[in-house]
Amino acid sequence: MTKVTMTVNGKAVSGTVEGRTLLTSFLREDLHLTGTHVGCDTSQCGACVVHVNGKAVKSCTMFAIEADGAEVSTIEGQANEDGSLNAIQAAFQEHHGLQCGFCTPGMVMTAASLLKENPKPTVDEVRNHLEGNLCRCTGYHNIIKAIMAASGQDVSAIAAE
Amino acid sequence: MPKDTGIGAAPKRREDVRFLTGTGQYSDDISLVNQASAVFARSNVANGVIKSIDTTAAAAMPGVLAIFTGEDFVEVGGNPAGWLINSRDGEPMKEPKRPVLAHGKVRHVGDAYAAVIAETVEQAKDAVEAIEADIEELPAVINMKDALAGSNYVHDEIETNQCFDWGWIEDNRAATDEAIKNAHHVTTLDLVNNRLVPNAMEPRCSMANYNAAMNEYTLYTTSQNPHLTRLLISAFVLGIPENKLTVIAPDVGGGFGSKIYHYGEEALVLAAAKKLKRPVKWTSDRTEAFLTDAHGRDHVTTIELAMDKEGNFLAFRTETMANVGAYLSNFSTATPTFLHGTLMAGNYTVPLVYVNVKAVFTNTAPVDAYRGAGRPEATYSIERVIDKAAREIGMDPIELRRKNFVKPDQYPFGSAAGLEYDSGNYDALMDKMEDVADLAGFDARRAASEAKGLLRGRGVNAYIEACGIAPSNLVGILGSRVGLYDASTVRVNATGNISVMVGAHSHGQGHETAFPQIVAELLGVDAASVDIVHGDTSKIPFGMGTYGSRSLAVCGSAIVRATEKIIVKAKKIAAHMLEITDSEVEFNDGVFSAVGTNKTVSFGDVALKAYIPHDFPIDAIEPGLEETAFYDPANFTYPSGAYCCEVEVDPETGKVTVERMTAVDDFGNIVNPMIVTGQVHGGLGQGIGQALLENTVYDETGQLLNASYMDYTMPRADDLPFYAVDHSQGTACTHNPLGVKGCGEAGAIGSPPTVVNAVIDALQSGGNNVTHIDMPVSPLNVWTAIQNA
Amino acid sequence: MYELEIERPTTVADAVSALGGEAQLLGGGQTLIPTLKQRLADPEKLVSLSGIADMQGISASGDTVEIGGGTIHADVAADGTYAALSELASHIGDPAVRNRGTIGGSIANNDPAACYPAAALGSGATIVTNKREIAADDFFQGLFETALAEGEIVTAVKFPMPQQAKYIKFVQPASRFALVGVFVAKFADGVRVAVTGASNDGVYRWSEAEAALSADFSASALEGLTVSSDDMVTDLHGSAEYRAHLVKVMTARAVNAA
Repeated sequence: MTKVTMTVNGKAVSGTVEGRTLLTSFLREDLHLTGTHVGCDTSQCGACVVHVNGKAVKSCTMFAIEADGAEVSTIEGQANEDGSLNAIQAAFQEHHGLQCGFCTPGMVMTAASLLKENPKPTVDEVRNHLEGNLCRCTGYHNIIKAIMAASGQDVSAIAAE
Repeated sequence: MPKDTGIGAAPKRREDVRFLTGTGQYSDDISLVNQASAVFARSNVANGVIKSIDTTAAAAMPGVLAIFTGEDFVEVGGNPAGWLINSRDGEPMKEPKRPVLAHGKVRHVGDAYAAVIAETVEQAKDAVEAIEADIEELPAVINMKDALAGSNYVHDEIETNQCFDWGWIEDNRAATDEAIKNAHHVTTLDLVNNRLVPNAMEPRCSMANYNAAMNEYTLYTTSQNPHLTRLLISAFVLGIPENKLTVIAPDVGGGFGSKIYHYGEEALVLAAAKKLKRPVKWTSDRTEAFLTDAHGRDHVTTIELAMDKEGNFLAFRTETMANVGAYLSNFSTATPTFLHGTLMAGNYTVPLVYVNVKAVFTNTAPVDAYRGAGRPEATYSIERVIDKAAREIGMDPIELRRKNFVKPDQYPFGSAAGLEYDSGNYDALMDKMEDVADLAGFDARRAASEAKGLLRGRGVNAYIEACGIAPSNLVGILGSRVGLYDASTVRVNATGNISVMVGAHSHGQGHETAFPQIVAELLGVDAASVDIVHGDTSKIPFGMGTYGSRSLAVCGSAIVRATEKIIVKAKKIAAHMLEITDSEVEFNDGVFSAVGTNKTVSFGDVALKAYIPHDFPIDAIEPGLEETAFYDPANFTYPSGAYCCEVEVDPETGKVTVERMTAVDDFGNIVNPMIVTGQVHGGLGQGIGQALLENTVYDETGQLLNASYMDYTMPRADDLPFYAVDHSQGTACTHNPLGVKGCGEAGAIGSPPTVVNAVIDALQSGGNNVTHIDMPVSPLNVWTAIQNA
Repeated sequence: MYELEIERPTTVADAVSALGGEAQLLGGGQTLIPTLKQRLADPEKLVSLSGIADMQGISASGDTVEIGGGTIHADVAADGTYAALSELASHIGDPAVRNRGTIGGSIANNDPAACYPAAALGSGATIVTNKREIAADDFFQGLFETALAEGEIVTAVKFPMPQQAKYIKFVQPASRFALVGVFVAKFADGVRVAVTGASNDGVYRWSEAEAALSADFSASALEGLTVSSDDMVTDLHGSAEYRAHLVKVMTARAVNAA
C-alpha cells in the first residue's frame, strides 16, 4: 500500500492505495466523490473524465499513484462558490443537455477543458472534442447546443424548443 | 395560455441540478457499512453441459465469504415470461425455466453458473478464476434458420428450438394469400432488423441488504420498474413475501428497455445478503453488460406488399423469425408478437394483414424490448417495402403513402391488424414534414453534393406506434400475465405542499419536472410546491414502471384521477368552511368560492383545515387530504409521424453522413415541450445508430465478437446531425384525460427506415442498382453493395 | 486487475534499473490499463515513465524535429512544427486520451491500427532508445512486434521533416483507430508511403506507390496501381478487399491534401 496526497477540488486529501487502484476508485470509494462515473472498461465512454493538473483525463485509465501530488478537479468542484451552477452547468440545464445524467459529469468536465483551450469553438469542433464522451439519451443535439451557449455564442439558429 | 409551470410550459428540469453537480445517487454510488462484493463466474462457451463445479480452492481464498452455484437455487423458482403466446395450432409457447444461476447447462456466453461473495471485488475476481468448472462444450445454436432445422438444442426438451409459431390475424391468412396471388403488383423484400445492445450508459448494479431482526430485505437496483421486480422475485423466484421486500431504484442512468426486466443477479444478491447477514453489491462492467443485458430487435423477415394498378395497397404479408436468445426474458414473447404484428397495417387503409412470427431459441443473450420494442421492426418492414414498391411502379414515395393513408374523417379506425386507432392526421404530418424538411430545396442540395463528388439521397417515412401500454382487459385476452395500469397517490400536506407518489420510474424522462406541471395545472398551485416520489416500493402505492412510452399516458392519467379525487374531497372541506353545500362550491385557480358570493377560501387554507379537523362533521368528512388512483387505459395511444432524412454517400468509401433529419410527430397534447423534444432527439440518435452504426455479431461458436466499445459502434457526437423536430400537428388522444400519446420511442421507430430509404435513393441517383442494404448501412456494407450492384 | 506495484522513477537510468523480473513499462497507460483491467496481463510491477522530465518535450533543429518518448499526444498536436505529424496526433483517440497517451508508448506498442507507426515509418524517423538509435524501417516488425530488446526504452523519436506530407485516416467506426491510415511524405530524394490498419503484418510501406509518386507526386500517378488484398485484415468493420481498396483511396487523398 502506498500513501498518496493530492489536492481535490481545492482541498488537500490523502489516502492509502494499492498499486492497482485507479484514480476513479480513489475518488469514488475513498473520497466518496461519486459524481465521477464508470461506464465502460476500455477508456471510451468518458463518464469518468476529471481534470488532473488542469487537463481532462479519463480517471478510469490512470492510477491513483500517478496523481500523487497533483491538482485534481471533479464535477463536485465545478459549481460557483455560492453553490449556484457555473456557466457550463447552467447552460446544460437551460438547453436540456442531459436526461438520465449519468454521462453528464464527464460531459461537463470535457466541455470545461474544451472552452478553456478554445473559448469560441465551432459546432464541428465541439462535436469532435466530444469524441471520447458517449451519451445514449440526448442524441447529442442539446449537449452541443449547451456547450455553444456556454461559450457565449448565439444558439438561436440551432433548432429546438 | 399555459401558466409558467402548468401544462404546456417548459420549466427547466429540477433533477438536473443534482446530476450537474455530481450529487445524483445511482445504485453504485450507494454503499452500506460492511458491504461485500459479488462477482459472477460466467460461461465462455455458448452451449455446454456442466459436468462439475469444484469451488473448494476458491472458497479457501483470501476474503471469500460464500460461493453459490446453480445447485443452491434448484429449490426456488425461475424468472418467468410475462406473456403467454399460443402458436397457430393452439399449443402454448415453450417456456423453459430460467434459473438464478445456470444448472445442468450453460446456454450462452456470459451465462452465470456461479457467484463468489468476497470482502472486495478483486478478491471475488481472484476466487472466480480459481473455480474449477468442467463444462463440456456442445455445438452452438446461433443462426435461426439452422436452429429451426434443429440438430443441436438450446434446451434439450425443445427439439425444434422453436418457442412458438404465431399467426396474426390467423383468420385472415387465406384471404391475404389470395389477395397476394391475384394482385396486379407484388413487391417483396427480404430484410434483417439488426440485433442491438441497449447500452444504457450506467451499467446494471444491484445491492441487497437483509435485516434479520425484522426478516426484511431491501434491494437497490437499476430498474425501470421496481414494483414488477418485487412482484417477480416474490411470486416466482425467491418467494420472499412482498411486504418483506423493498425494491429501490434510485437514480438510474438510462434503460431503453434493458432495465425493465428482473435479472438473476438481483435474486443472487438477495440470497447472499440473507446468508451472510451483510449487504452484498454487484456492479456490472461493460463487457458483462454486452454479454448479459437483454438485447433488442434481431428479426429476419420477408415482407410482401400487394397493390392494384393504381397503387392501392391490398395486403401486407410478413414472415419473420424472431430471436429470443437462450432464455425468455420477461417481455420477450410480447415484443415480436403483439407489439409488432398488431402494427403491421401501418398508417394505411390496407384491408388485409397477415403476420407469421416464429420465435427461436439460440445460444445468445436473451432478446427483449429495446426502445420501440416490436414497433420499430414493424415500421421498418412496412416503410422499406413501400419505398421499394414506389420505385418499382414509378410513383413518388410520398404520393404512394398519401394515397393509402387513413384519412382524418375515418377515426376511430379499425386497422387490418386488429387495433382501433383513435385519432391522427397523417396528411397534415406529411405536409408539415415537407415544409420543415424543405423538400423544395432538395434538388439544389443534391447538386451541391454532386459537385463535391458525393451522392445525395432523400428518404421519407410515415409511422404509427401503439403506446400507453396498455389496457389490461385487452392485453389479458392477448396473453399478458400482468395488468398494465399505473397508480398514483397525491398527498396534500397540512402546510399545503404536495407529494405525488407515482408508479412510473424516471431515468432520464424528467418526471420530477413534468408530473408536477399536471398537478399544478389542476390545483392552481405553483409546481414548485409539488414533489414527485418514485422508485421505492415502500413509498409508492404500486406501479408498472416506465416503458412503451407509457409514463405520461398511463401514470400521468393516474395523477389526474388522484388529483380529481383531491378536488372532490377539498370541495367538501371548503363547503364546510364556507358553510354551504358541496354543490355550491366552485374551484378555480387554487381558490374555492361560494357560487354567487365573494366568500372564498384558498387551497392552502383547505389543506391546513384537513389536518386540523376540530369542527369536522366526522360522519361526513374524514380528516386528511390524500387520494390514490389506479388508472387502466381504455385503449393504446397512437402517436404517429412523418420523417425525412437526407444523406450524403461517399461512393469511394461507402461512408454515409446524415446531413438533415426531420421528425414531425403527433404526440397529442404536450405537457412539457422541452422534454418532448429531448425525447425525440434521443430516439433519433438511437434510430440513426441502428441504421448506420450498430450491430451485434455472434460467430458460429456463439462468441460475441463486439462485446466492447472497441468494436460495437456507439453513436458519437460527430456521427449525428442536428435534428429538426416539430410536434405542432398533434391530434389529442380521445380516451385519456390529458389527451396525450407518448413520445419516448418515436424517434427510434421512425428514423431507421428513413435513413435506409435515403441511402438507397442516393445510390440509385448515382446509377447504382442497389435496392436494399441491411442495417447497419456501414461504410463496408455500402461499399460492398456498390461493388455487387 | 491483478495486484501490482508501481514505481515512478525520475530518470531514464532509474527506470532501467527498476525493470527486471515481471516488470513492465507504463507510458500513458491508455492501452495497457484497459488490458490490465481485463486481467489479460499480470505484471508484478509497472515502471511509470510519466515522471521522467528528460523524456518530455519537442525540439526542432534544421529539418529534424525530435519528440521525447514521454511526450503526450496533445503536446505534439499543439506543437505544429511538423504540421502533418501534429495533425495526426490531434486525431489519436480522444482529447482525454491525448492528455495521457505518449508517442513512445504508441511506437513501442506498435498496434497494427495505430497512427504513430505510420508517421514514423512514412517519415523515415529514427527511434531513439536508451541504448541505440533504430531506423523506423528496422523498428516495426509486425503486429505488436518491434526491434526493442528487454529493458530498452523509447526515449525519443527523431522525424526528418519532408517538403510535403499528409496523413489520412479512415476510421474503424467503433474504436476510431485506423481501419486504414496512410501517411504520405515527399522528400527531396523521393516519396515515402506508410500504411497502417490494413495489413496482417502491421504497418508497412507501399513501395509501388512510393515509386510512382516519386516520379510524379499526384494522385493520378496512382491510377494504374492495384493493391492486393492477400495479406489484408478482415474483421467486422472491413473485408480484405475493402481495406485494399481504401489503401489506394486514402493514399490518393493524402497526396491531394499534402
